[in-house]
Amino acid sequence: MPSISIAEELAKKQREISISEFFERNKQILGYDSATKALLTAVKEGVDNSLDAGADADILPDILVEVKKIDKDEFVVVVEDNGPGIVKKEVANVFGRLLYGSRFFSRAQRRGQQGLGISGAVMYGQITTGKPTKIRSKVAEQDVAYEIELILDTKKNRPNVVEEDFVVWERAHGTRVEIPLKGRYNTGKQSVPEYLKATAIVNPHARITYRPPEGEEIVFERATEDLPPKTKEIPPHPHGIELGTLMAMMKETKSYKLAAFLEEEFVRVSSRVAKEICDAAGLDPDMKPKSLVLEQAKALHDAMQSAKLMSPPTDCLSPIGERLIKRGLKNVLGNLRPEFYAPPLTRDPAVYSGNPFQVEVGIVYGGDLPPDQPIEVLRFANRVPLLYQAGGCALTQAVANVDWRRYGLEQRGGQGLPFGPAIVLVHLCSTKVPYTSESKEAVATADEIMTELDLALKEAGRRLKTHLTKKAHRAKTKEKFEIVQLILPRIADKSAKIVNKKVPVLDATITKIMGVVWVDEDIAYDKKAKRHTVTLNVHNFTDAGKKLNLHLLLPRGIEPKSIEPKPAEVRDDGKITWELKRIDSVAKASISFALEGLDEAEYDESDVYVSGINPGLVIGAEPLPGDWELNYAEFEEEEAPAAEAAEETEIDYDETEEALDDD
Amino acid sequence: MTTKKKGGAPASNKAVDALYAIAEEIYEELDGGQIPKMKIPLRTKANIRFDSKHAVWKYGNLMGVRSAKKLKGALMLLRTMYVLEFIRDMIRDSKSSTLREMYYISEGWDIAKFHAQEESNLLAEDLEVITQLLREDFKLRPEESGASVIGNLTLEEVTRGGDRKRINCRDDVGDAGYTIPYNVENEKVKLIEADAKFILAIETGGMFDRLVENGFDDEAKCILVHLKGQPSRSTRRLLKRLNEELELNVCTFTDGDPWSFRIHASVAYGAIKTAHISEYLATPTAEFVGITASDILNYELPTDALTPRDVGALNAEMSDPRFNDEFWRNEIQTMLQMNKKAEQQALAKYGLDYVTDTYLPEKLGPLGLM
Repeated sequence: MPSISIAEELAKKQREISISEFFERNKQILGYDSATKALLTAVKEGVDNSLDAGADADILPDILVEVKKIDKDEFVVVVEDNGPGIVKKEVANVFGRLLYGSRFFSRAQRRGQQGLGISGAVMYGQITTGKPTKIRSKVAEQDVAYEIELILDTKKNRPNVVEEDFVVWERAHGTRVEIPLKGRYNTGKQSVPEYLKATAIVNPHARITYRPPEGEEIVFERATEDLPPKTKEIPPHPHGIELGTLMAMMKETKSYKLAAFLEEEFVRVSSRVAKEICDAAGLDPDMKPKSLVLEQAKALHDAMQSAKLMSPPTDCLSPIGERLIKRGLKNVLGNLRPEFYAPPLTRDPAVYSGNPFQVEVGIVYGGDLPPDQPIEVLRFANRVPLLYQAGGCALTQAVANVDWRRYGLEQRGGQGLPFGPAIVLVHLCSTKVPYTSESKEAVATADEIMTELDLALKEAGRRLKTHLTKKAHRAKTKEKFEIVQLILPRIADKSAKIVNKKVPVLDATITKIMGVVWVDEDIAYDKKAKRHTVTLNVHNFTDAGKKLNLHLLLPRGIEPKSIEPKPAEVRDDGKITWELKRIDSVAKASISFALEGLDEAEYDESDVYVSGINPGLVIGAEPLPGDWELNYAEFEEEEAPAAEAAEETEIDYDETEEALDDD
Repeated sequence: MTTKKKGGAPASNKAVDALYAIAEEIYEELDGGQIPKMKIPLRTKANIRFDSKHAVWKYGNLMGVRSAKKLKGALMLLRTMYVLEFIRDMIRDSKSSTLREMYYISEGWDIAKFHAQEESNLLAEDLEVITQLLREDFKLRPEESGASVIGNLTLEEVTRGGDRKRINCRDDVGDAGYTIPYNVENEKVKLIEADAKFILAIETGGMFDRLVENGFDDEAKCILVHLKGQPSRSTRRLLKRLNEELELNVCTFTDGDPWSFRIHASVAYGAIKTAHISEYLATPTAEFVGITASDILNYELPTDALTPRDVGALNAEMSDPRFNDEFWRNEIQTMLQMNKKAEQQALAKYGLDYVTDTYLPEKLGPLGLM
């Protein structure tokens, strides 16, 4: 466990060498190994603190980040939040003592698993500029804010207060820190604005304002008023716990009996399971945990691995959730006008090495995203954006391992990052994210995690593919629509005028060109009433009357209103069925209903299914899936979809043009 | 351009009938519940055949279909209807228009409007191919920039006032030469006589000017014609008439690149785009004295590398039946191998007079023209 080893090392070395020396030696681990990265790390520590402070106090975070340029290579990083504030006597400790209030041993999902936290940024600033950091904080109970300038005493790991004062601050509560530091500012992929953008996507409950050294202020508005659910600490899960840790736990435990130890110090172990594990290990459930010898500990360890257990509880995890991923993506990437947000996907929690984890994937496609570049992968671990070491990260590798050609993206040889106008968001949350190194910039591969990532990415890929197929079908049919609705009537008018005869009836020609039943929809939204009015039109462009059933899947728990015509069935799980009357050739049928209480973005496309008709004849609706358990008789075997006539072998004159320019 | 051009009326009636027949077919198909379509001979290199009677390349029997089943086809059919109506009205009102004017008039055709003049030009040609009439019969004329002629050629042109004016293309013109009008048929331009052994048809203006300045027309007793790149119909038609009526040999003098090979092909064998009227436009006896791949090597000419487009054009020529002989296959392959091309003006490497003193005599000598 990397974080623990660094803490132990630090604690041990603290007595021997000065902290600044240690800092100097471990710059890389701590995220200060380059001027660009140092500036970003300082911002990151500040923002992480602010987000965690908000979460602890049930406050929707409102965070201001400012990078001020002082000199060619000197900056001041300002991070200000509306958090609960810090009581006066703790301020100097929080910012001026390394590892104060450490979270290293916590088994709940936290952001702040980073090496040294905000005090590391303070120290870096002090080492590079010699200047103190200024902190201002106010708690709700106080009328004034406490403002302090401090320097770390690196020998004693104590804060030295340079100046302190009480000042009037218009904020009700909050904290502001100003860290002077040497650094370099850039605006590329690994930059402060990119980091904040990514942070805003996975923290849609936060409002983040950014003032860059030059140029316009950027505001990432809040996309939801709901705070993420609180996370809880849990004991370890027996699956995959390391032998060394198990032995250490047995030495420390207060339990007298092995079975009790297992039951009390592990999650998902009942007394029955504890006995089973002891039996399987050939150990007496009543023996003292402290008395196990290495061989016995190994047997116990093996038995724990193979025990059948429930997954660890998941309320220790804080996934973003499918709904909020979509909102976050829309909120931040909306200006790129993507044509499609694949419904995001949160997998059920799974376990690696006794640690619960969960993966989430979202895909954004089209719009102004560049079509000829490798796709962008937004990596997150516990809601923290990972900007460095993309190549060596399991999250990137998982994306590269998927054969995206199946899902409509270009990819040479079926592996590597695919090309196309897409952004893939991958979020791994866990009580213990397996980073590749102490610097926590990339996730290491673990079989269980790779499997979950693969499943999630493939499912998201299928959702993208469904959209692309639908789009292609629609485009083709839309073209035909244009032909029969706009062009053909005009050809008829003109030719009739030239030959001086009456305008011919076009129905037969239209059905020959279209040959499909076309379902389209129109969704209108009333912002004031928070009401979607959905209209579905079923056009019969075949040469015979058609009878069919239409099925819709609506969001759970929302009762459709003003349904027209009366549906045959409405179920609690959102499934509605209409048995439509026969629609004549070249006629249409419409259904409509209203949904109330949803945000506009939450309903932008209906899941439409058909039955009682050859689904090959229908564009704009999928065949009714088998798992609906609806007893709608299979369609009678009527004519197959008008097999594109034999004339198809003709050469299309207008597709041969390129040869004409040969001269 | 054609012999049937005696007074507008009969041809125009024929044109009206032909256009009516097209509209009628479309109407009948719609009325019968069919998908309207038009069959048109394919205007591709895959569909040109050697016509041994005229010794030129003409369209073969491959037909393409323009159908309302596809968006593009449907739009072209609609445009055809608009064009038919437009032409019919012009014939009725004794008006005519340029192809460019028709393109602008289509602005008022709503969704049927042309998006580029190329589209309207192609459609006019389609109508020629289908009806076997000429666009002049449809009262459509090109606004082709007239190419120039300099040399001891005398002709008579009917002026705007209706008078016949005799013009000698050496003595009666300035340095820019005689400008070829779009109509070069006998009723407009009568060829009187020429004191010349051959015609040199030159691709670029720079080389045309060089030869004029060097007095090559006098020196070599030839008529210089500036092709202005890929020559217009009227330029090719005039070359053909000079060749047939005044028995002048035609030589094409071009750059050494794939596009120049095509210029020669359209002068000598017939252009793919206008293969329906190749027998009016092509001069089968024309000789190529332009820069060849071998010239680039032999004369050590300054070169440019072939662009990907050039390479594509050369490869296309490998499967173009007009280039299917030993000479062209060698030249094309050599050019592909050395991956270089050269302009005709590259000859200036050896001085301004090199082209007239050395290069052309060396090329024209073996043809017995110098």
